[in-house]
Amino acid sequence: MFLQNLKKPTFTKVSDCIWEIPPSFKQGMRVPSRVYATKKILDEMDLAVYDQLTNVATLPGICRCAYCMPDGHSGYGFPIGGVAAFDTSEGVISPGGVGFDINCGMRLVRTDLTFDDVKPKLHELIDELFKKVPSGVGCTGFVKITKDEFKKVIEGGAGWCVRKGYGWDEDLRRTEEDGCMKHTDVSKISQRAITRGYDQIGTLGSGNHYLEIQVVKEENIFDKEAAKKLGIFPNQVVVMFHCGSRGFGHQIATDSLNAFLPVMESKYGIKILDKELACAPFSSPEGQTYYKAMNGGINMAFANRQVILHRIREVFSQVFKQDAETLGLHQVYDVTHNTAKIEKYNIDGSMKEVLVHRKGATRAFGPDRPEVPQEYRDIGQPVIIGGSMETGSYLLLGTKRAEEETWGSTAHGSGRTMSRTKAKSMFRGDQLQKDMEKRGILIRTDSMSGLAEEAGAAYKNIDDVIEATNQAGISKKVVRFVPIANVKG
Amino acid sequence: MPYKYIEGLTSADVAFEAIGKTIEEMFESAGVAVLGTMVRDPNNIKQKTKRTIEKSAPTIEKLLFDFLDELIFLKDAEQMFFSGFKAKISGEEGDYSLKVEAKGEKIDAKRHDIAIDAKAVTMHKFEVKQTPGGWRAQVIIDV
Repeated sequence: MFLQNLKKPTFTKVSDCIWEIPPSFKQGMRVPSRVYATKKILDEMDLAVYDQLTNVATLPGICRCAYCMPDGHSGYGFPIGGVAAFDTSEGVISPGGVGFDINCGMRLVRTDLTFDDVKPKLHELIDELFKKVPSGVGCTGFVKITKDEFKKVIEGGAGWCVRKGYGWDEDLRRTEEDGCMKHTDVSKISQRAITRGYDQIGTLGSGNHYLEIQVVKEENIFDKEAAKKLGIFPNQVVVMFHCGSRGFGHQIATDSLNAFLPVMESKYGIKILDKELACAPFSSPEGQTYYKAMNGGINMAFANRQVILHRIREVFSQVFKQDAETLGLHQVYDVTHNTAKIEKYNIDGSMKEVLVHRKGATRAFGPDRPEVPQEYRDIGQPVIIGGSMETGSYLLLGTKRAEEETWGSTAHGSGRTMSRTKAKSMFRGDQLQKDMEKRGILIRTDSMSGLAEEAGAAYKNIDDVIEATNQAGISKKVVRFVPIANVKG
Repeated sequence: MPYKYIEGLTSADVAFEAIGKTIEEMFESAGVAVLGTMVRDPNNIKQKTKRTIEKSAPTIEKLLFDFLDELIFLKDAEQMFFSGFKAKISGEEGDYSLKVEAKGEKIDAKRHDIAIDAKAVTMHKFEVKQTPGGWRAQVIIDV
């Protein structure tokens, strides 16, 4: 009864890493779909990805193509790894193209410490991080504020945190959008969303969210010059973490689904192939309400990651008995991979404003963009890609080619290949923890079954994913990081 | 319990089927299934605190969606898990009402053997159907 009868598309090969599904594949497709992947990744992708990607291609106002990144896997509405741009006057906005975890993203922090400095203190460090950065189901943060003050967080994003002493000025310019989306309207956000999330600032959450201490190995630096500009050197220890807007963002997404479904067809005549593709014209009152509420969700997530950075600095200072400045705990960059943002692109010879949905995809602007901080402008925007906790993660740079081809987008992670249920039946969390410790990766978590679900074998090979983005030219490799300790949410 | 987790519908999230001889039983099973995504054993959640959940919706599907969304909301807003439910549904198509007496306790990460956070109920392949044996729902939870 539950088996899905999905058709495998016939792909047109555009290049070794670009595969096109023509509009004739499915009734209603307004544009083709393109998958960025090596042949191997393409063949192994879940068929539901192609079904969902081609559903996206049916949405009103979609420009040029619906894209899927090499880490694509099936979600609902858009596939995870889906990218699509919509005309801002005639197109739609869809919460299913952003995801429930609005502004789920990655932040990378460098240190002046080497692996030899950190090794003797690693247990203490990870235990303290596990204590100071709450994780798991229903966790609340140390920032105790009223719901009214939380509204200022929604408007101010990471800037609110820095004003309150939870961070440095330089952190803001090294955050996508300077850590704050301007078109935010608190009055468009339900009290329910505020009640759900106002005490969750500074928390990791659960599932695939994590905080990881990683090491740079000399052989894993692929672009020495760029690495130097990004403050990366051999044997260096860095900290990377992955989380989003917590219950606050999840509730904004749920509220919007409830608001869009009753009006979509009756008021706007939009027919969709999956309820999770619920959408409304971007210029409609419902579309604008979601957009301005979603921006509040983005800001909450920037604030969340900013406070976590503050806690990381506190923990390192405490363990090494030196201040965070002396230890060189500078933020490299912060990227969001679940958003819909207004950006300008050259379409058929003229510059046009579009609403770019990235669901499990990272913005990847090339050099010379004013959105990229001055110190990185000549090399391009840093792109942070988290792998599974067992394998490794990457720092890449955005490219001009991404701007020309994929609405300035690249991958966001490894992408799951195995369901959570299957992973749980194949791995045991406690055993995995012991095995990983033997391999030199310490794990702290409140959820052993959640740990089993995040086993490395449940994901695509991160190296294959990165190689595909590198070959396609939508981002380029700078360095690969190896995990040594992980707090799993 | 009359619910089971389903393979093959989603790779990144959790899908379940809940059944009941009556529609109320199916709602109660679905409530426990949501809890079962977040803890290894729902029986570990003591039924110490009582709460009444009331919802109204034009369709049974929306009524179930709103009920499950409320459980996820209360998990974050009040850090509460609920494991026991007594549901009562009245009304007709266009105007249904639900009243649930829910029992549970505060989340305790040390004691509850936490699994994974439920972020949202999704509409993806969401189904409520009357069957020869009663009622059946299919739900995917974003985790």
